[in-house]
Amino acid sequence: MRGETSGKMAPIVGVLGLQGDVVEHLDALRRSGLSAVEVKTRESLAGVDGLIIPGGESTTVAKLVDRYALREPLVDRITAGMPTWGTCMGMIVLSKEIVGMPDQPTLGVLEIAVRRNAFGRQVESAEVPLAIPALGPQPFPGVFIRAPWVERAGPGVEVLCVLDGKGVMVRQGNIVGTSFHPELTRDGRLHRWFARLCGRAADAA
Amino acid sequence: MVAKGSTGTEKVKRGLAQMLKGGVIMDVTTPEQAVIAQEAGAVAVMALERIPADIRTAGGVARMSDLSIVQKIMDAVTIPVMAKVRIGHFAEAQVLEEIGIDFIDESEVLTPADDKYHVDKHAFKVPFVCGARDLGEALRRIAEGAAMIRTKGEAGSGNIVEAVKHMRAVRDEIAIVAAVPPEELVARARDLGVPHALLKEVARTKRLPVVNFCAGGVSTPADAALMMQLGAEGIFVGSGIFKSSNPAKFAKAIVEATTYFNDPKSVADACRSLEGTAMPGLEISKIPQDELLNVRGV
Repeated sequence: MRGETSGKMAPIVGVLGLQGDVVEHLDALRRSGLSAVEVKTRESLAGVDGLIIPGGESTTVAKLVDRYALREPLVDRITAGMPTWGTCMGMIVLSKEIVGMPDQPTLGVLEIAVRRNAFGRQVESAEVPLAIPALGPQPFPGVFIRAPWVERAGPGVEVLCVLDGKGVMVRQGNIVGTSFHPELTRDGRLHRWFARLCGRAADAA
Repeated sequence: MVAKGSTGTEKVKRGLAQMLKGGVIMDVTTPEQAVIAQEAGAVAVMALERIPADIRTAGGVARMSDLSIVQKIMDAVTIPVMAKVRIGHFAEAQVLEEIGIDFIDESEVLTPADDKYHVDKHAFKVPFVCGARDLGEALRRIAEGAAMIRTKGEAGSGNIVEAVKHMRAVRDEIAIVAAVPPEELVARARDLGVPHALLKEVARTKRLPVVNFCAGGVSTPADAALMMQLGAEGIFVGSGIFKSSNPAKFAKAIVEATTYFNDPKSVADACRSLEGTAMPGLEISKIPQDELLNVRGV
């Protein structure tokens, strides 16, 4: 199930393809020389070493995950250690709680409370350079679109980037969340960083 | 807004359209309909006073919707809310931006306010979507600042044929532009009435520089699957949902067919789930020439 490059097994990264900027993530992974596939079904989920849940509409995708019977296989693989990264909507879908919206379903695997549209409506969407120590000193281009922030984080959650005092990138073991959209930029550092997590998990398996 | 952030950039405007991809945007006229649409899995709603089929029947001048209706719809849902302005009516657009709308459709469905010029969409922080029947129209709207394109189709007709024609026209013209030698691009840009730089970008990337949805005639799940297979990146449904006999079922089924457009089994399941009849359709040749919407604003 896994591709091979230069004698070493390269991880296959899936992108959940129910809705959103799926192609942008696939392109970003491929630009960095990584193997990437779209995941829309239980069967395709079984073939990947890691998963990105892209940007999109969380209200929509949270419903589709249930309607198309993907909740159980997703939660099973993520809790079994599959590296999973949610961008914007993806982070909301992974979260334990959405502040003020107890009725919106989520996968509940990432111990954070997120606030949706935290920076405001679309006219407040913005580009802003971010300091992410895990990626080195060079600022990362943050693209925030109707973005959420992390309002509270559980004890097992590391906050890897902060903007205006709010968490905008978090990691809890194999699960990563970002409020912003690296897939809309030409900076491939976060995709490569995530692929290394996938590679390590695949080698350990 | 965040400190030191740049708002209203091309990237964040086009970016919101990218987040809507693979989704269905539904026309609604009340907060109740907006909730039905959101419940069915719509990625956004278009807040309107009247849906296109009713605008067609009512005749007269169609304008931007009553703001109190738009505001109530914005309050009723958490997905993005769009609203329409008349072609060239930048003051209607300023008003919608002021109330915090997420996306503006500069639409041929409303009566044009300017018979020559569209809105300068670069002047706004809020993103715009515009209709196009071919590559020239699409690139002219993008040059004016549109962050998203949709086919015009023929709104309120319940007939998919115009949307098919427009989606194929854009696709075929992109294929030609990508295939011809570079020395032809200046003359082709002149013939299309578009900036040379934009045409060069299309030739290189083999796609529009912004997201391209289908609009104007989708009324069944199979219509949605057809348009997605023809290259649409998402679907607008106007009259097709709330003019059908079972809006909640139609909305859900069109969402399913859009997600799994290339899996006929899923589309068949969606078709079987309808429990009702689609909106009545109009033969395009039977629509009087002066009532055709897609010839407005080229």
